[in-house]
This record gives sequence, C-alpha cells and structure tokens, in this order.
Amino acid sequence: MDVSKIEPHHLMANSNQATVEHMLDVVGASDVEELFEQIPAEHRLAGGLELPPALVSEADLSRHMDDLLSRDVKPKASFLGGGCWPHYVPAVVDEIVGRAEFLNNIWGTPSSDLGRTQSLFEFCSQLGELLELDFVGLPVYSWGCAAGHAMLMAQRINGRSEVLVAASLDPERRAVIETYAGLPELEHHIELVEVATDWETGCLDLEDFRSKLSDRTAAIYLENPSFLGTFEASGPEAARLAKEAGAEVIVGVDPIALGVTASPSAWGADIVVGTIQSLGVHMNCGGGASGFIASRDEERYARQYPTLCLSAAHTAEGDIGFSMTLFEQTSYGSRELGNDWTGNSTYLWAIAASVYMALLGPRGFEEIGRTILGRSHQAAETVARIPGVEVRFGDAFFKEFVADFNGTGKTVAEINASLREQGIFGGLDLSGRFPELGQSALICVTEVHQDEDIALLGEALTEAVR
Amino acid sequence: MSGLRRYHAPVWDEPVVMEMGSPGRRGFIPPAAGDADTAGFVPDSMKRGERAGLPELSEAEVQRHYIHLAQETLGMMGVNLFGTCTIKYSPLLGERISADHIAELHPGQDPETIQGVLAVLHGMSEILCELSGMDQFVFQAGGGADAAYVNAVTTRAYHADRGELEQRNEIITTIQTHPCNAATAAAAGFKVVTLMLGEDGYPPLEALEAAVSERTAGMMIGNPDDMGIYNPEIKQWVDLVHEAGGLCFYDHANFNGAMSKLRARELGFDACMFMLHKTFAAPFGGGGPAVGAYGCSSELEPYMPRPLVREQGGSYSLEDVDEAPKSVGRVREYWGNVPQIVKAYSWVRSMGAEGIRFASDMSVLANNYMEKRLLEIPGLSISHPDIKSRRLEMTRYSLGKLQEDTGVTVFDVQNRMVDFGVDAPWLSHEPWLVPEPITPEAGETWPIEDLDYWIDVLAQVCREAYEDPEIVKTAPHNQAIGPVDGSRLDEPDQWATTWRAYKRKHGDRPKGRTSP
Repeated sequence: MDVSKIEPHHLMANSNQATVEHMLDVVGASDVEELFEQIPAEHRLAGGLELPPALVSEADLSRHMDDLLSRDVKPKASFLGGGCWPHYVPAVVDEIVGRAEFLNNIWGTPSSDLGRTQSLFEFCSQLGELLELDFVGLPVYSWGCAAGHAMLMAQRINGRSEVLVAASLDPERRAVIETYAGLPELEHHIELVEVATDWETGCLDLEDFRSKLSDRTAAIYLENPSFLGTFEASGPEAARLAKEAGAEVIVGVDPIALGVTASPSAWGADIVVGTIQSLGVHMNCGGGASGFIASRDEERYARQYPTLCLSAAHTAEGDIGFSMTLFEQTSYGSRELGNDWTGNSTYLWAIAASVYMALLGPRGFEEIGRTILGRSHQAAETVARIPGVEVRFGDAFFKEFVADFNGTGKTVAEINASLREQGIFGGLDLSGRFPELGQSALICVTEVHQDEDIALLGEALTEAVR
Repeated sequence: MSGLRRYHAPVWDEPVVMEMGSPGRRGFIPPAAGDADTAGFVPDSMKRGERAGLPELSEAEVQRHYIHLAQETLGMMGVNLFGTCTIKYSPLLGERISADHIAELHPGQDPETIQGVLAVLHGMSEILCELSGMDQFVFQAGGGADAAYVNAVTTRAYHADRGELEQRNEIITTIQTHPCNAATAAAAGFKVVTLMLGEDGYPPLEALEAAVSERTAGMMIGNPDDMGIYNPEIKQWVDLVHEAGGLCFYDHANFNGAMSKLRARELGFDACMFMLHKTFAAPFGGGGPAVGAYGCSSELEPYMPRPLVREQGGSYSLEDVDEAPKSVGRVREYWGNVPQIVKAYSWVRSMGAEGIRFASDMSVLANNYMEKRLLEIPGLSISHPDIKSRRLEMTRYSLGKLQEDTGVTVFDVQNRMVDFGVDAPWLSHEPWLVPEPITPEAGETWPIEDLDYWIDVLAQVCREAYEDPEIVKTAPHNQAIGPVDGSRLDEPDQWATTWRAYKRKHGDRPKGRTSP
C-alpha cells in the first residue's frame, strides 16, 4: 500500500493517511503487506480483482440502483400468494424494524440486550396466545424449514422414520422438507409417504391416510388451511388416528387465520409450525420467509428443539429479564451432537411480528380473518361467474382458492400472459405440479384487495379467457 | 474512574406487552369485512372458540413500547467489536432501495416483470465468483449455517449420483471450524470427524492423513480460523482430501482477512460460502434475515440448490429443478433474502475492487493495532503465544490469568464492559480451547478512537478486577436491569419461553422495578 496515495473512503473511518501512518507506526510495520505474512506467497491471488467500477458517491450509487431496479414491473393488482402473500404492513412495524438498535444488533448480554430479548419474548408469548401453546422457540428460516425440523424432532422422540404428508402440499415447501428428510444411504433418513388428496374436496383422503398409517409412522404433517386454501376438515380425525398409532401430529398453519380458526393444538396437534411472513413482514421477493416451531411445554418436545430458546428470568432485584434456556442441546452448545443446527435466522422478522400482533390484538385478528374470508369469497364468486371458469372445492377456504380454467381451452400460462398485458399478475400456476387439476391457478385475495381490484380481476380474466 | 464515558442505558421499566393495555382498545383496525356472512365458510370443527389472549393497545402505545425496547438495546449504538461477525456499518441507502423496489415483489412473478432484481442477483453471483474463483453462486441459504447445510446436502447429492454415498459417509472438520459445519454435516446424515489442533495452532497434516479414507465424503473448514491463524498447508489438505475422493468446502464466514488476498478455487476448494450480512455489510438484524451465499465449481453446479439466475443476451431467467434434475432442490423456500442481497451488491459497488482490497488491509491493520495495545493489559494474554507471526483480521485472547488472580470470569467482564457503552465482546465457540476466551474483531469501519475506547474499557475492567472485583462480579450497574440469573433455566419447572408459561410456573411477577 502506498500510503501517500491513499484516497479516504466514506465507509472506512481509518482510511485517512494520518491514521494509517499512525497505526502502522504502532504495529511496527512499514507496509500493511507485512501483516499478511502468514499467507504463503503461492496462495496469494496473482493480479488484481476485476469488479464493476466503484460508485463511491452515494448519489451515483443511488441513481444506479434505482435505474437497475426500475426495470421491474409494478402491477395494478397482484393475486400471487401460495406461501408468500401480500398483507398490509402497518407503518409502526416498519418504523420499529428500521430502528438502528434492532436493525444493526448482533448479540449482547441479557442486560445490554434487554429490549431486543424482551421483543423476542413478546413474539413467542403472543404467538403462544394465538396458538394456545406454552412453548415457542425463536424463529427459523422459513415455514418449510420449520416443518423439516419438526419431522426430525418427531423422529428423535419416537425413533420411527416415516412421515405422512398430503399430496396437496406446497411444492416449494415440499422441496425443502425433502431435503431435510435426507437420503436412505445415510443416518436418520426420513421416508416421506404421500397421502392422496381427495380432488373433489381438496382435503386429505382419509381412507388412503388410514392405509398408510402404521407403527413405522414417526409423524403426520398436515396444514390448515392447506396450500390450496381449503380447511382440512379431516384434520381432527387424522390427528386422532395418528395418536392411536403412536405418531406425532405436526400441523402447519398460517397464523393470520387464527382469529377465525382454531389453533391446531385445539384439535390434536403436538407440534405446530408455520410462517410469520403474514404477520407484518413484506413479501420481499420471498425474502420475507420466516418460520416458527411451537408445542406444549413438555420436556418430550422442549428437549428436541433445534432452535435457540429464550426464557424469562429474574435479576436479584426482582426485575424480569430474558436469557437462553436449553442452550446445550443446540449446535452452538454441542456441535454435531446438538439437535440439527441453528444460526442466524429471521430474528428481525420476529420483532416485526411481535409489533404486528400487539397492534392487532384479539379483535384485530378476528376482524382481519373475517375480512380475508369475505374478500377471497367475493373474488371467488366473481371468478366463478366467468364462462368456462370454475372454482374448485366449495366454500370452505381461506385467502386462496383454486380457479379451474380447463373449460376455457386455454392454459394458465396463456391466461396469465394476457392478464399481465392488462397490468395484472394472476394466480400461481398449478398445472405443472398438480396434473389432477389440469389448467388451474391458485388465486390469493387478502385484506389489501379492494372491491375495484376484484372487479378488475373479473374483467381482465373475462378478457383473458375469451 | 478514568476518562471513560459516563454511559447509562435508558431505563424505561417497560412492562411485558402482555401486561399492558385495556379491554377493547384498538391498535390497528383491519379493512371492513363487508356484508358477507363469513362464519359459514369455516367448518364448525375448525372455528376458533375464544378470542386470542393478546394485549389490547392503541397504536401510539405500541409504537412507544417498542421504541422504549429499542432504546433499551445497546447493540451497535456504542462500540461493538463482536468477533467472528465482521461487524460493519450497513449503509442506509440499502434500506431505502429495498423499501422502494423489493418490499412488494413476489418470487412467483413472471421473470419478465423482475428483470431488475434478477440482474442484481446475477451481478452479485458474478462478483462473488470473481472474489472466490468459483463458477456459480446461489443465495437461497438463510444464513451462514444454512450455507454450510447447502454444502452438506450438495456433497450428499454429488456422492449419491456417483453411487458412492453409502460408502462415503464421513465429513472431516477441525475443532476451530465453526460448529455449524459439524452440525449441518450431521444433520445431513454424515458422521463427523473432528481434527484437533497441533502446536502450530492448526491440526498437523498427519492428523488429516490418518483421517482421510474411502469413507471421506468431504472436508468443511475455515481458514484463517477465528484466532487469526492461517493454515499454510491448506493446499496439501485439499490435495489429500481430493486424492481420497472427497470434496472440499471453504467456510469464508470471516472473509475480511482473506478478501482480495486469495481465492478459494485457486487453493483447490470445490465450494465456499460468504456471509452477506457480515463481510458484505448487509445489516445483521439481531440474527437475520441473513444470507449465506454458496458458491461452487462447475463440477458441483448441477447439484447445488435451485433456482439459479441465468443470463442470455441481457435478459434474465430462473433455472429451476425441472432443468436441473440432479439438483438438491431447495434448502429454504424461494431464492434467498433478496433485500440483503441487494444491499450487499450495493456495498460492493460503493467499494469497487480497490475499496475491497483496502478494507481487507484496514481490518488486518486495525486488528494488529489492537493487539499491540491489548497485550499491555495485565491479566490478558494471546492464544498460542508461541506463534509469533502476525494475526489476520481477528485474534483470540485469554483472560485466564485474570480469572486465576481475581476470580473474575470472562462473563463478568462482558457484563462490566456494557456499563461503559461497549457491547459484550464475543468469547469463543464451544469448546473453549483457551481459558476465559475473548475475541474482538476491529473491522474496517470503526474509527481508531472507538478502538482505543474499547481497549481503555477493557483495561479499566481488568484493573477493577484486581482492585475491586465485586464491582465487576455484580455488573452491570449502568444497564436497564442488573445481571439476569439464568442458572436454573434448564429446569422444566423454571423455563418459560412464553408469558403463558411464565404465569403458570411463577405466578405473579416479583415486585421489581419493571413491574407495571
């Protein structure tokens, strides 16, 4: 480094000539290069790096990023959901997660991190109220990851190695679960056994479920509402049968439905997993994904969590603070002997969800659930009136419904292309993954969709299928 | 008292949110449901009985409650040199860009409508390929540990495809490599072989020679380790593992010291990972959302997760598993924490090649500067004192002598340092190889004044340990609450991860300062 030619950089405080010279002097080196003496010469990169030119001025960088990202197209309305949904994020949530204290936090002591740990405890506590469960771990990367960990928890609990999953499971989540299930050549592999879906109702085929349940079943994994939006009416019966067979009952849930629907714990779930994206986290192009694991507060479950777990505790003065519990069972505590692994996760989104739940309160959850039910059904009625289009699976759905375009003679791809030209993003195309549904799309309608958006969808779809 | 800051944390005595509010109060009113009778849409067996036991608060109360909690969080508001996390200032522009352009995007959009964000992802992969020599990066992993998991499952898919997985069921790592490597290898189903350190601060080559065999699936290793020690035999290590038929993964979680100085691929590694929320200045978020960017050679590319961004003639598309049948598929839904990728890309653009080289130099210079001053503190010593060569971007120290002399532990030191507005330093991953470890990492963003302050605080705390140990053992004194007693939290009748559990196990809270 030629110190005389240093150009100070705004992101490096010590990059001025005077400081560099002072530090070199204290260190006793004439050149920074001497400090890299540990790295053998033959390991060193020959020549320089070829990177895009630096935009050191924030003004230039800002313009560049805006120009680059302005290539993205903003729709008049979007009906894409399926695990990542457009929900309204209150401004207070954005302010809190944007606070520098939370945004840039690393990991302090229980005292210096009191505010952050309390926010996380409040996340667990409020989610626990929605779920009616006493034990909630700190968040994991996503819903699919939560389901994957829950299967491994069940396997450790009962030593069995099959997990029954519904055929209607989200292909995206299923792909994650399959990775977690592992391969038969290695240890603790889980065999995923698919249970047929009744394509008339969109629910679990109970007969098929019965035939596949056995003393090899470690757990069943259901979701309510299902990926296709339907309420899993057979859930309670399936849970009862699973328990009789000695299996754990894992249920996935979108917690924004819990103001109008019972927690799965009320109808037999042992471990509940799900997303927290719907609780105050922007979609972020999928970067809003985040998940949770919750259960009854029993050692049988608590000792199998892979997550970090935070407990309320006391100071000598009787103040409440928060500290780690069950740390030794994590990968930080016990490396490969710990439960799965943990690490940086989606803790900032847990704070978002904490603020969101505090804002909504009990009545807010009930109302938002009713609004989503009302608007999604309103949209379904609108869509069902279009010639050649059918809405599958009846009335018992939440937020999302399956629009069947088989009667139109057009593919979902063609229909969505036409919608796109009209400024609308249509529903997720189900045709590749669910051949039983032919040309069908999953249409998502939440509290952000207003009457005019639904009318627009109706008009644009009518045009698209013509 | 020395000339240190008269810091004191804000004290709000903020109740737990569950204790706040008044029945019927509203904080957010959802859009109206309209006239539809929605009750009939939920099957009776699935209807919720009682409303959830959530607090009832107005909007302003919620805002102030969480602002108070933010203020009762020290984090980077003081000086934070938390080692192994490469703490940097995260340029705020990234927040604005992400809110304006990324927040409302859906990953299922047609690629035609997201050419901008795909261009950023593609550009970031190219940048990381240039820094590492790898051929392709994927951003799906939700953190560094998740990227280690990506490597474990990609290694698994590679050997399975060759029909050798049943035989190759061992992953080799070292005791100084981050625990997530051992843990994710085990989670993927592998047996873990851990090599211990030799006299030079890294495991001797003979230990690796004895460990490799026809059972070796791969090696997962960090270099330099978090003591700042570089294994100069790493090329021979890679050769040995390759000769045995295994794959080599370079955990580049702590990249500052090696950034622009070497390329993982040129050392022979097949894969590596970077943490965009550490080295690449995306905000840490108190533990995510994070990005473990995983890169590999073209030989491993068919196996790595999908989707990947592909470019043709300036137009971008997503390649999914239908076009990559050997891919492991997904480790997490979608394509990664996109806002963080955008922020990292934007950081690289503000630095450029010269800035990145400079940042690496500055972080190593700052660490060596700190070492000179820290070693003057009585009670503190460097790990592996016989190794005389200069450490890279961080150094492991020991307060073992301080503990022997005074009874003050490194946890006490952490608790006392926060009394001066310095957040607790990183100690060491388990297991501790030196007694009472402490690991600061200076990085390139903190001014020398802050580094000096941090050192002055540690010196003051160590002085107190010799002169008045009680003040350290009973710390903190200047935080919102005193030390939390976590000694019984592993007992089932004590732990309480929710307020429901707390009330059931502990009844009413004690009459402390924070009771409402």
